[in-house]
Amino acid sequence: MTDGADMQTARRLRLPQINPVWVLLAVLIGAIIFMNPGFTQPTGYMNFLKRAAPLAILAAGQVYVITSGGFDLSVGSLITLVVVGASMLTNNDPAATYWVVPLMLGMGLGVGLLNGLIVCFLRVPSLIATLGMMITLTGLAFMWSGGAPRGYLPDTFRFFGRELIRDVPLVRFIPISVIVLLVVVGLLAWLMHRTNLGRQVHAIGDNPVAAGLAGVPVNRVRITAFMLSGLSGAIAGILLGGFAGVSTDVGSGYELQAITAAVLGGAQLLGGRGSVPAAVGGALALTAIFTLLNFLGLPQPVRQVVQGLILIAAVALAMHRRQQTGT
Amino acid sequence: MVIAVATNQTQYLSLENLIAILGRSIALGITAIGQTFVILVASIDLSVASLISATSVLASVIMDGAPAMIVPAVLACLLLGAFVGVLNGLIVSALKVNPLIATLGMSLIIQGCLSAFVSNFAGSVPEAFQIFAYGQIGGVPVALVFLVLLALLAWGILRFTKFGSDIYAAGGNDEAARFAGIKTGRIVVLTHVICSVCAAIAGLYLASRLRSGAPWIGADGVYDLESIAVVVIGGTVLAGGRGGIWGTMAGMLIFSLIDSAFNIAGVDSFAKQVLRGIIIVAAVAFYAIRSKRIVA
Repeated sequence: MTDGADMQTARRLRLPQINPVWVLLAVLIGAIIFMNPGFTQPTGYMNFLKRAAPLAILAAGQVYVITSGGFDLSVGSLITLVVVGASMLTNNDPAATYWVVPLMLGMGLGVGLLNGLIVCFLRVPSLIATLGMMITLTGLAFMWSGGAPRGYLPDTFRFFGRELIRDVPLVRFIPISVIVLLVVVGLLAWLMHRTNLGRQVHAIGDNPVAAGLAGVPVNRVRITAFMLSGLSGAIAGILLGGFAGVSTDVGSGYELQAITAAVLGGAQLLGGRGSVPAAVGGALALTAIFTLLNFLGLPQPVRQVVQGLILIAAVALAMHRRQQTGT
Repeated sequence: MVIAVATNQTQYLSLENLIAILGRSIALGITAIGQTFVILVASIDLSVASLISATSVLASVIMDGAPAMIVPAVLACLLLGAFVGVLNGLIVSALKVNPLIATLGMSLIIQGCLSAFVSNFAGSVPEAFQIFAYGQIGGVPVALVFLVLLALLAWGILRFTKFGSDIYAAGGNDEAARFAGIKTGRIVVLTHVICSVCAAIAGLYLASRLRSGAPWIGADGVYDLESIAVVVIGGTVLAGGRGGIWGTMAGMLIFSLIDSAFNIAGVDSFAKQVLRGIIIVAAVAFYAIRSKRIVA
């Protein structure tokens, strides 16, 4: 992102550089259409986007933490806590949604703030800090619900994840969750690539000491990155509450999927490089892979194996490319 | 029942009591010894928990109650451990993948393969193999003797062999060690093999203790995170190059004391999980806060 001007001149001479994640996504979408022509209908791709929305939002938040040089493994359990907490607090009262949703968003910000404070001031590596947070939040979700979450979320709460806007020209209907996705990703992309904060996030991930010497408030930026990730976790939790049921494992596994998505989008582990749109592309590609595996009739555990392989392969490829280009 | 046992123990504060407390964290201790090696070379292994589950199931499925199958089962588990270790080590050292991601990915792969085959208790462990967990030598549990011997062996390797000093050199400064003629890639692979084999042994121990293999045993015990926390509490630096086995053993002792304190106090199991998360972070913070390095 520092050599934007150079890339502009280079672009005129060579073919435009495309992030490989878009190629991957195009190939996967092509494969899905080949196996299921119905995918080209609005019902097909809108449902796909709806299903991908929580992961894409999570990945957009996660990319802030990764670019700043850390990991956030607590988002999965945060989703669980949001869903379980919302079901306990609303207590089947539709009117409660109006204060529960802001409260949940606040909780996401709070968890992020706590993560950031632990990493910055207690100097615990973010991996340990957020893994510890993951255990703690899962325990809290169990405690809150007494082990067996009861009840269901009122329709007003499920509005964000489940409802559609009908009679839209061209695409017939737009799920609310897709609108949420576009708004959140748009804001996060703008914040990352058009503002000072984004540049500072890149700077502290690349070299925290140099960034600090250059006047970047390292701790404040790092805490902000964790808070954005926590907020994205809470939003993803609210969406998931809409179309998944209430249980104590709604969020499990999402933290790794978000990291995989960000890595697929070319985010560099331990910081310095990352793009919000590409991370969203990574999330869509990952969802597309899962959709394909579903079409092929492969069982759930295979998804885990494939995801593990993708995670390792993506990082290995990125390292290989970096060694070859010498950057 | 657990509380009753624990209250009993407070009435008899003695060597027996200490042994009983230790018995609960043998698996953690064995895993942590292996984890010490990888952390000393500035790597880390997050795949131990799923490997523990996999080996405990593999052992009990191969044995399936037949004493004659004990040796093949143990060998198969140790081989699986070594294989996973070689893979981890090669991914980290040859493909230059960040060890956290490499072992997290490996953990997903192992857990996925495992849950594709079993979803409940599988196989059974013959009486003869249960000696590992329940047998006693002169009043001291076999497993405890084994743990002490393993710790002594690990200490000996780190203290007296060339391999041991190479580990410290590679962990302290990888580049300098390479310039000094140490094949650091090979060291990293070997430490990962040691770590995974230790996890495989822990899996065998848990299979023997539960009398059957359970595919959730590793994830339930949070052995990945807890073993790292134990190593860090024991004074081994996450950045590599400094630390040792006895610190890890002390860390394990602290953890088992906390655990038994929870049991005596009768803390609800969900609250226990919350406290555990907080204690792990607090414990790492206690050591990390003194370092001047910027972490992320």
